[in-house]
Amino acid sequence: MNELVPTHETGSASLAEPLWKIRWKLIRRGIAQNWEIFKESRIGMLGIILIIAFGIFGAMWPIMINTVWDPMVYDPVVGFDPMTMHPSPPSATHLFGTDPIGRDILAQLMYSTGREFLLGVLSAVITVVIGTAVGTAAAYYGGFIDTFFMRIADIILLFPFIPLLVVIGSMVRLSFLPFAVIMGVLGGFGGITIILKAQALSVSVRPYIDAARIAGGSDFHIIVSHIIPNVLPLSFLYMMFSVTSAILSEATLSFFGVLNIDMSWGMMIHTADVAGYLFDFAKYWWLWAPAGLAITLFCAAFYMVGRGLDEVVNPRLRKR
Amino acid sequence: MTLPTATESKDVILEVCNLSKYYPVNQSFFSGKKALLHAVDNVSFQVNRGEVLGLVGESGCGKTTTGRLIVRLATPTSGRILIENTDVADIKGQGMMEFRQKVQMIFQDPYESLDPRMTIFDIVAEPLNVNGIGTFEEREAQVEEMLNLVGLAPPSAFLFRFPHELSGGQRQRVAIARALVVRPSFVVADEPTSMLDVSIRTGIMKLMAQLREDLGISYLYITHDLAVARYLCDRIAVMYLGQIVELGDSEDIVKKPVHPYTKALISAVPVPDPAIERPIPNIKGGVSKPIDPKPRCRFYDRCPESESSCAEAKNPELRDIGGGHLVACHLL
Ligand SMILES: Nc1ncnc2c1ncn2[C@@H]1O[C@H](COP(=O)(O)OP(=O)(O)OP(=O)(O)O)[C@@H](O)[C@H]1O
Ligand SMILES: [Mg+2]
Repeated sequence: MNELVPTHETGSASLAEPLWKIRWKLIRRGIAQNWEIFKESRIGMLGIILIIAFGIFGAMWPIMINTVWDPMVYDPVVGFDPMTMHPSPPSATHLFGTDPIGRDILAQLMYSTGREFLLGVLSAVITVVIGTAVGTAAAYYGGFIDTFFMRIADIILLFPFIPLLVVIGSMVRLSFLPFAVIMGVLGGFGGITIILKAQALSVSVRPYIDAARIAGGSDFHIIVSHIIPNVLPLSFLYMMFSVTSAILSEATLSFFGVLNIDMSWGMMIHTADVAGYLFDFAKYWWLWAPAGLAITLFCAAFYMVGRGLDEVVNPRLRKR
Repeated sequence: MTLPTATESKDVILEVCNLSKYYPVNQSFFSGKKALLHAVDNVSFQVNRGEVLGLVGESGCGKTTTGRLIVRLATPTSGRILIENTDVADIKGQGMMEFRQKVQMIFQDPYESLDPRMTIFDIVAEPLNVNGIGTFEEREAQVEEMLNLVGLAPPSAFLFRFPHELSGGQRQRVAIARALVVRPSFVVADEPTSMLDVSIRTGIMKLMAQLREDLGISYLYITHDLAVARYLCDRIAVMYLGQIVELGDSEDIVKKPVHPYTKALISAVPVPDPAIERPIPNIKGGVSKPIDPKPRCRFYDRCPESESSCAEAKNPELRDIGGGHLVACHLL
């Protein structure tokens, strides 16, 4: 060490608490502060309330099927109620009625909720992880890497993937998890890359990036410790919008009956459609309205949370 | 051009030889004609160990670019930079790590040069972390010592705060602590006080002066303020449109300026010393950009003393007029 350094009282040189504890406290405080901002947004709070409501609704499925409901009657896929004609309108035994082949609509709705969460969140996480990594790399390295991934994004954005999946799906019927992964990957290399690259570009010209280089940080260190943490809030925001788009795609493809999925909200409408009941949709409203409403509200909920987060991430949008 | 080395006996820490940096610019949006902006043009100077050299000039004259070239944030178009007799351009691998510890930079804007998502502890410890210096306890002790040294005491009150929770002056102290925590021998300070409130500036300047005494660091101190340069620097280099027009001991530059541009600068800056005779500023026109400059004196168009011979003559080179005082002007 430099002997010219005057030895000021250097403190005890030991932290009051272990470092991880301090960091954990800082994270908690950061979340609390952001929550305060988020709370100001009515639309965001409405979204949170809706998501919690869906969460409770979905969590009720295993409870109901194990306690109140007879699996023979209420199983969402193979259940059948021999006591009435089908489809039966809402009644005391079937609050939301039954579908054309005698299955309980409410049970189907509940059963599907958890799977919609899984599909939406899984594909959104894949989207955001890929989008953040690719966008950051494209922004930082530029050149060939940038051009390559931007062309892929253009192709994904311009290409009509839903019709293509309808065609492909009628040959190879995708099951639940592969579909979630495909949606996630398509999303990750698509539009989100362009948005996150723009953000990474604006971060990578900030003086603190130069400062990190002066400190001796490698490219990898700079990307991982400085660029990604500063892009992450935006990634998180777009994760919410990705959930919406994954669910909508699933509903569309299920409606066309090209997915190998035993039950989902889209499948419920598909079932009503192939049995011909949608021609008299006003009379048989319970066959499509609950599922349609669930899809709409579920997508809206994540969209609204995204709008609320927008105010946290972009301080300029705040009212105060 | 070889610079007359006035003080060959002294230990030279930084030597800059014929350094140039040209940026390609589009003259206008429609004509695709490429032009070159001579941000730094054939600049040579040296800094001795323990010395502070001030780089003074108006906005856009290439001060920051010079600094960025020295710390290798940009690569020169031509010319050489030697730090402790090693060519900066040749450094790679392990040598780069040593270079990053030896040479540091303090940035102009403390609101932008600290990562908003990092705590003060992480910011100041980063140079130690990325270079793998010391154990965690040693780093922590060093960070606390450094914070004490820059006047952020007690350190525990600052360690786990974020930059946005600090004032501008405190942030700049953090930036200084971070630059000095690896005990560099040379620091480029790029206008560290210019973004700060006038009331805090003197504090930061005093700190810079004191740290130099305590740690024996050499600075290249970039500023547009001659008064600041006079207070802090042993020697001053005056830059105009990418070139050094005058270089000499601070007192010489301030009290006996020779170059017409330096004279104009001094007459424009309030120097709190009645002993200094202040000529009337009579500089013509405004500052332009050095895009594809004519081969004559850069200052010709604005020079109040220019003679017709200046128009034809080549760009003047720095000449020693005695006592290590260098001036680039035909009229001597
Ligand atoms: N990356 C770049 N690309 C193109 N031109 C540049 C670039 N960096 C700097 N310049 C130009 O080079 C010239 C010198 O810029 P520089 O930032 O070094 O000036 P400065 O003396 O530090 O000014 P200030 O006092 O305003 O900080 C300016 O005309 C600027 O426009
Ligand atoms: Mg500058």
